[in-house]
This record gives sequence, structure tokens and C-alpha cells, in this order.
Amino acid sequence: MYKKRFDGRKFDEMRPMEAKVGVVKRADGSAMFRIGKTIAIAAVYGPRELHPKFLQNPEEGVLRCNYNMMAFSGSGERIKPGPSRRSKEISHITEKALLPVLNLKEFPGTVIDVFIELIQTDAGTRCAGITAAAMALADAGFIMKDLVSAISIGIIDNQIVIDVDKEEEDYEDGMCDMPMAFMPKAGEVTLLQCDGFTNKEQLKKALEMGKEACRKIYEIQKTALKNKYKVEE
Amino acid sequence: MGILAKERDIVVPGEILATGMDFLPAGGAYRDKEDIIASQVGMIQIDNRLVRVVPLSGRYASKRGDTIIGKVTDITFSGWIIDIGCAKDAMLGLKDATSEFIERGADLTQYFNIGDIIVAKIFNVTRVKSADLTTKGPGLMKLTRGRLIDIQSTKVPRVIGKQGSMIMMIKDMTNTRITVGQNGKVHILAQDPEMELIAVEVIKMIEANAHKHGLTEIVKKFLDDKLKGKNISIDKTKAIVLEKKPILKNGEENV
Repeated sequence: MYKKRFDGRKFDEMRPMEAKVGVVKRADGSAMFRIGKTIAIAAVYGPRELHPKFLQNPEEGVLRCNYNMMAFSGSGERIKPGPSRRSKEISHITEKALLPVLNLKEFPGTVIDVFIELIQTDAGTRCAGITAAAMALADAGFIMKDLVSAISIGIIDNQIVIDVDKEEEDYEDGMCDMPMAFMPKAGEVTLLQCDGFTNKEQLKKALEMGKEACRKIYEIQKTALKNKYKVEE
Repeated sequence: MGILAKERDIVVPGEILATGMDFLPAGGAYRDKEDIIASQVGMIQIDNRLVRVVPLSGRYASKRGDTIIGKVTDITFSGWIIDIGCAKDAMLGLKDATSEFIERGADLTQYFNIGDIIVAKIFNVTRVKSADLTTKGPGLMKLTRGRLIDIQSTKVPRVIGKQGSMIMMIKDMTNTRITVGQNGKVHILAQDPEMELIAVEVIKMIEANAHKHGLTEIVKKFLDDKLKGKNISIDKTKAIVLEKKPILKNGEENV
């Protein structure tokens, strides 16, 4: 039985978070999101013309996400640069998680590029990436139905934990890892992956806890976006 | 029931601005059942029953009737391709460029060449959101000298001010000639290079402080400080004139 978390957090407690908007000055929109030792930076460019032309959609714009872990970001092992099976999958699910809030009908034949770089990783990278990307898109001035907040949920020895870190992810008896992305105002889940075993009751409970965590993240995103335009009195 | 946000508050997507059917969502907001929700990062503006979010960032989206400053990037058989800083390139057709008759197969570079900067007006935005331009009209022309700076297109209304009050003040105090394109390109022409630099500085300052209250006062003070001790004799007889020529053909004498 997993009674106490390795770093002493409560089961529904997240690691300390920090968010900042406008970190990449030349980008149309950018944001940094840190959760524990995981740091994600997202930059948005566009809408701009999409080349090669056959990729264009005359009906609506294309969202193109690129997730990348930096070579020095991990546990000390050098991460091989360039796209991998894993990073391609995460880029794809990031797109799918962000699409429901955007209205791409406004930008036919164009592309919106979202670059997500992880400069330091300690599990929960795709969630940190999505959270940062949502802020960067809002910073770029896009019309968005809502923001997207994401968190990873884990089930270790039948115990649901929020915001898994690397130590928990590598738990020796195995664990169930569930990243989720959530639209806090609309109350809709835009991403849910599950790697491991769980059951219906547990999943329901895990989702509720995850939504609660996402609402807390939303508050941090909100403050970060507002702070950019804060007028010092 | 009622309004939940204050006028001039900064709001983010997903934030509830007002509840109840007494209010109507305008740009940057939408209705979800009872609530009016922000869909953009911006400053809230309440106009009687209308709740609007004024955007603070974002690329320029072409709008019919806008006067813009663009750069010629290519020449085709039927006109010029103009980069106006929008997602899609704009098109300047032959018959919209000049009232002159252009012969079939004529050398189009004699009207506008690649790299030329032009002031043009958007008279149509197509279904695929690309803009059609015209250079026929007062103030629309090729720019041949001066300085061109970029600002964010969302800050343009602040640079211009109410009924052009802000831009008039800058023009008068620095004795410069300024053309502001709605796409965030600003053209400055001055006799005195020092004044030109001050005008650039002021416009950049407005861009950085666009969301602040009482901007006109801040700008006035800024300009007064800058111009203090400088001997500017605004010689009205030497006022800069850039009369519009229908078309400046190559080889013809520039202003």
C-alpha cells in the first residue's frame, strides 16, 4: 500500500507552480509554465501562410504543435535530439487537446505554429506543455472559447495521486499514468490517456480529482496572463 | 445577475464577465446560456448593454476600409502582391493601382517595383481572407523617403487617439509628417533627423503603455521633457510637403 508520497505531498497536492507570459519576445505569443522540476516554454507564431501548399486547408487554419525535450533536460542521460516516436505522439495529442478551444475558421489556408520546449523534465511534461501552450495562444490574441489546463494523475497501489513526479512514475510495482487536459469553464475534457490498469470507480474518482487540480492551474494561468498588463500604481 | 467585471479590467478567455440576459456580448465575448464569457485576452469595455473585450495583442486581420502600409513582394500578370503583415498576402490589381491606362504587356515595375513601400486602402476582403487593395484615392501613394517602424496593430487606435488627437499632437510638437497604417506600420517623415528619432521614441512609448489610463497626459509630459532645451523653431514656411503624384515612374524625379 502506498501510504505516503515520496516527497511528502498530500495525495491531491500538486508541486509548486509558476507561470509567466511573454517570455519569448519575438514570438506572437509565449509562456513559461513550471510545475515542480518540470519547466515548459511555449511560443506561438502565426497565423501565417502554410507551405508546402498541399498542406493548406482552404476551409480553416491548421494548428501545428511541436513538442521537444531538450538534450540536457532529463535525469542526466543525454536525450537524443530530433523527433522521436514519443515526441511525435505528444505533439499530436497536444494539437488535439488545444483544438476544441480555438476557432480556426477565421484563418483559412494558414498555419498556427506552437513550439513547446522542455528545458527541464521531471514527469508530467505533456501536461506542462499543454498548459504553457494554452497561455501562449491566449497571449497571441487568439479568440478562444476557454483556456486549457492539464495535469497528470497516477494510480499507485490503488491510491489516486495528483501530479506524478519522476520518482512515482518509476514506482517499482508499476503504476497507472493518466494525463488529462480540461477546459475549466466549459467543463470538458480535451485529453485523457491511460497507461496502466484501473477500474470504473477509480477512473471516475481520478477524473474528479483531476478536474479540481485543473481548476487550480487555471487560476495560475489567469493570474500570469493578467500580470503582463498589470499597471503599477 | 449583473456585471461581474469592472470597466478597463484585464480579462482572460473563460472568465465570466456578466450574467443575465440584460447584457449582450460584442467582440471578444460570447454567450453561454446565462453567462457572457470572455474569449480573448483584453481590456473590458462596457457600453450600455454591450460588453466588449478590446484585444491587447494579436496579428493584424485585414478589414475593409482600412488604410495600410505594405511592401511589394512580387509582380504578377495582373498586378502586385503586397505584404501587409497579415496571414495572407494582399493583392493590388492593375485597374486599382492607377487611373492611367496600362497597356497589355507593359513593364509593371515602372509603377511599383519589388521592395517599394506603398500606402493603400483595403476595398475588399475575399472569402479566403486575403485583401484586395487600391492606391487610387487621397493620401494613397508610394513612399519614397522617411522612416518606417513597426508597432502592434492592436495599439494603432491608441497612437491615433480620439479623432486623431494623439497623432496630431505628436505631429505638431515634433514637426513631422506621420502616416499610420491600420496594420501597425508607421511612416515618419521629418526635416530634422533628431525630431524623427523623438517621434519614433514617442510612438514606441505609446505602444508599451497602450493599456494605461490617461495616456495623452503621459505622452504630453514625455514630449515636453524630450523637447525641453531644444531649439525648435517650427518654420511653417518650411513645412514638409509630400504632394501626391499619381504615379512615380522610374526615371522620373522623386520628391
